[in-house]
Amino acid sequence: MDPKTLLQNFVNGLSLGSLYALIAIGYTMVYGILRLINFAHGDIFMMAVYFAFFLVTLASLPWYFAAILAIAGAAILGFSVDRVAYKPIRKAPRISALITAIGVSFFLESLAVVVFSGIPRSFRTIFPQFLNEMIILGGQVETRYGREVIVGGIRFPIISIITLVITAIALVFLWWFIYRTKIGMAMRAVSVDIPTTSLMGVNVDRVIGITFALGSALAGIGGILWAIRYPQVWPYMGFIPGMKAFVAAVFGGIGSIPGAVLGGLILGITEIMMVGLLPGAAGYRDAFAFFILIIILSVKPSGLMGKPDIVKV
Amino acid sequence: MRKLVLIVLVVILSISTFSSIKVGAILPMTGGVAAFGQMIWQGVALAHELFPQVLGQDIEIVLLDNNSDKVQAVNTARRAIEQEKVVAIIGQVISSNTIAGGAVAEENGVAMVSPSSTNPLVTQNRKYVSRVCFSDPFQGVAAALLAFNNMGASNVAVFVDVEQDYAVGFANFFRDTARELGGNVFYEYYKSGDQDFTAQVSDAMSKNADAFFIPGYYQEIALIAIQARQLGFYDPIISGDGAAVPETIEIGGEAVNGLYFTTHYDPGSPAVTENAKLFVQAYTEKFGEAPGTFTALGFDTYLVIRDAIERAGSTDREAIAQAVRQTKDFPAVTGIITINENGDAIKSVAIVKIEDGKFVYDTTINP
Amino acid sequence: MSIKNRVILTLVAVVVIAFGLMLSQEFLNSYYSRIITLIGIYGIMAVSLTLVNGISGVFSLGHAGFIAVGAYTSALLTLSPQQKEMTFLIDKLIWPLNSIQIPFFWATIIAGLVAALFAFAVGWPSLRLSGDYFAIATLGFSEIIRIFALNLNWLTNGALGLKALPDYTTVWWSWGWLLVTVACITSLSYSSFGRALRAIREDRVAAQAMGINVFKHQLMAFVFGGFFAGISGSLYAHWLSTIDPRTNTVGILLTFNVLIMIVLGGLGSITGAIIGGALFAFLSEWLRFLESPMNVFGFKIMGISGMRMLVFSSLFVIIMIFWPRGIMGRKEFTWDGVASLFRRGRK
Repeated sequence: MDPKTLLQNFVNGLSLGSLYALIAIGYTMVYGILRLINFAHGDIFMMAVYFAFFLVTLASLPWYFAAILAIAGAAILGFSVDRVAYKPIRKAPRISALITAIGVSFFLESLAVVVFSGIPRSFRTIFPQFLNEMIILGGQVETRYGREVIVGGIRFPIISIITLVITAIALVFLWWFIYRTKIGMAMRAVSVDIPTTSLMGVNVDRVIGITFALGSALAGIGGILWAIRYPQVWPYMGFIPGMKAFVAAVFGGIGSIPGAVLGGLILGITEIMMVGLLPGAAGYRDAFAFFILIIILSVKPSGLMGKPDIVKV
Repeated sequence: MRKLVLIVLVVILSISTFSSIKVGAILPMTGGVAAFGQMIWQGVALAHELFPQVLGQDIEIVLLDNNSDKVQAVNTARRAIEQEKVVAIIGQVISSNTIAGGAVAEENGVAMVSPSSTNPLVTQNRKYVSRVCFSDPFQGVAAALLAFNNMGASNVAVFVDVEQDYAVGFANFFRDTARELGGNVFYEYYKSGDQDFTAQVSDAMSKNADAFFIPGYYQEIALIAIQARQLGFYDPIISGDGAAVPETIEIGGEAVNGLYFTTHYDPGSPAVTENAKLFVQAYTEKFGEAPGTFTALGFDTYLVIRDAIERAGSTDREAIAQAVRQTKDFPAVTGIITINENGDAIKSVAIVKIEDGKFVYDTTINP
Repeated sequence: MSIKNRVILTLVAVVVIAFGLMLSQEFLNSYYSRIITLIGIYGIMAVSLTLVNGISGVFSLGHAGFIAVGAYTSALLTLSPQQKEMTFLIDKLIWPLNSIQIPFFWATIIAGLVAALFAFAVGWPSLRLSGDYFAIATLGFSEIIRIFALNLNWLTNGALGLKALPDYTTVWWSWGWLLVTVACITSLSYSSFGRALRAIREDRVAAQAMGINVFKHQLMAFVFGGFFAGISGSLYAHWLSTIDPRTNTVGILLTFNVLIMIVLGGLGSITGAIIGGALFAFLSEWLRFLESPMNVFGFKIMGISGMRMLVFSSLFVIIMIFWPRGIMGRKEFTWDGVASLFRRGRK
């Protein structure tokens, strides 16, 4: 690969990875507190996009309102899913919670198919066009097919810069929230030991609910940003990104928020690099992510920045 | 007393459906390729409205959804044949489903006519499965002629969807013709459902491709086009009939302006037959816009089956199946249809271009 | 009840079921009789998953992968060389597979063995992981298997899949294998091996303290489950007459469907698995009416596509929340149980 393509691929990977990072944060937050892999996370991501889509097309709201409402909607959805589906089985073995999470995920997907129909819809016109423009570094101006265009150069989508900025803001916000507020302290306590924390007078259910709401809001933001970059909405759109975000979260250390971001970025870059280096293997791309997952789980399950999980007898 | 009236009503109303000829329509109304299924259904329904009878009886269309899924393709075919007892089937839409469902039709001796399946395996060695559209060996040739002759490309990057029979077969036929024409072709791979193609596009550009050919479905065609333009690829992008739905423009926007694709029909092409004029007129009246390729194909399939029933003169499945294979010079919307002994229709390929967010007819390539 | 009586009752039951199947073949049309065959296949899938998920308590999400392996293996073995020549359009099938053709029975057995081998390869690294991680690892492996099947054109014909598979799976094959599966897994379950598995399921650390080699037991259970999954895959492929590596056919959706079956029937119960499989097959078809236009008093009500999956997943979630034991819970159908029903009635 020549250096220019290499650099462009790196940049492409960063762009993809930034999206994975944002979604991975939500996964890791929920897992850190509940030890639950919330399979439905990717589907909340999908629902937020549909919310935004319909708020703009049916209710004719301007895009910024629609985005905010959609994110709020995602938070409420996440909170409700916890209340309805996960809370009743808090005491049950973790296997049941995992199975239920899978069930909720399929439920949300089939709900979307029934309510929104399975046909992919276009998200292109929902948000302002400039967001999907590219920033071009280098290259020269030429005339092609009667138009003046820039040929060559390294291209980076504006929306990816926005995604990275939002991820950074989220990181800072979450750090403040978890380490500097009372609720954050409660969240940290719940993640260590639930029965004792509730004995201390903390409303554990409320704390868990807030965690879900926060994580889901992030998924919602991630979803909207994803749909701006890849302007297509369909009920199963959340499945693979959700899976990859989960791999990223595990890679970075499940339970560690900075780890999730790191994991997401690295996963995005390696995925693109793999396809760039071995174009014939592009069909194996998703397998690659799973492969990484299995290797990490076997070699260092606590990931890059996580702490090992000690099971007390 | 009321109960009796109710029962009588039910009996009367259900009897009213007794003396009708049942034709099955197995289409993907949900799932990945539902866009095609729904458009074809529109065409079928419109044709049914205009020509609801044959041999003096009503035609009843039994619509079954195969969910874009192969297993369902088989199940719905069985259900249509054994439960609903249809005399012929319109379906299915994408080649892999038609191949699967067709096996059932073959087994039971029921004619299955596909509006849009283009893979050769659909009709190969079969007596009961036919199609009203061209098949991929020809579409591949046409696409290659378009790329290398009409557009003057010499090094084409073919984006192959490894998950679809249609794409893989189409790409291969394209490549074979390309070699004959002296052009160079290399493959980039992706899977249905992929959203990020930046790596493949960058790779294709680094290999100095001067055109992209995407023999897949519209979701990916639109996304690849967007990402190609974003990454600085300004050369032509060509595709196949997978792009012939309005969603391509909706999703692709500015990026797909200038996209050329091979397809079966375009309302802009000169209307050759009475049915063609009738179709465009009826469709525009009802829906207020120009019809699409797949709607036209659905319309034609219905007409072809109806014609076959008429020629067979009975509702015997075997007779109808034979009549379908004997279709000769039938004046359909998408052209003059003759179904040969292999079950294929020999038809021309229309080249359509997307300009300013609309489909614009360009030219025709004849067999 | 004495062993002799139990054995007699079981034999009688088998004969009755066989007779029932024979009647179904005679009198029902092919649509229905194929559903009955499918119930047998689903039964094997569900029972083999129960051995792993229910009885051993390790949550595997990779069942579809082994079913796929079994399906492809047996398909590659039963297709005639000429058909392989015709079907493999992209790349030619490698030697020696392109020239073998063996009878269905042996192909199925080999399918099971190959699947068991894969299960061993998957289980070995994965079983060291704890519950959630194991589940995800098996899911990952299942997807990896599928994606490899999608890309290895010279082995699996890639996206084109394998078509025109001979229609070998009859009611007799599927229910026959179901009988074998149930017999094997039941006897495993009631043996000391099975008891050890249950001990591990209840309390892993205590079991270890008692000297049970947790890893070895779980791996063996996983391999057995894989073997029967492979068998079910072979039967499934020859029922469908086509096999392809798409998500709907041998992907996550299939695993989810089998999960629904065992959750419905009762996680941990073999009888429950069969009941779940039958219910699923039946409901899958019956609920179709929700999706097609209905003729109610002459009005056409357009069905809503996708309703069936919605119903199934809602059912799934509701059962997990309110009725997690499913129909049978962990109990099995036993002759003693039936007898006690009668005794209670007499009082």
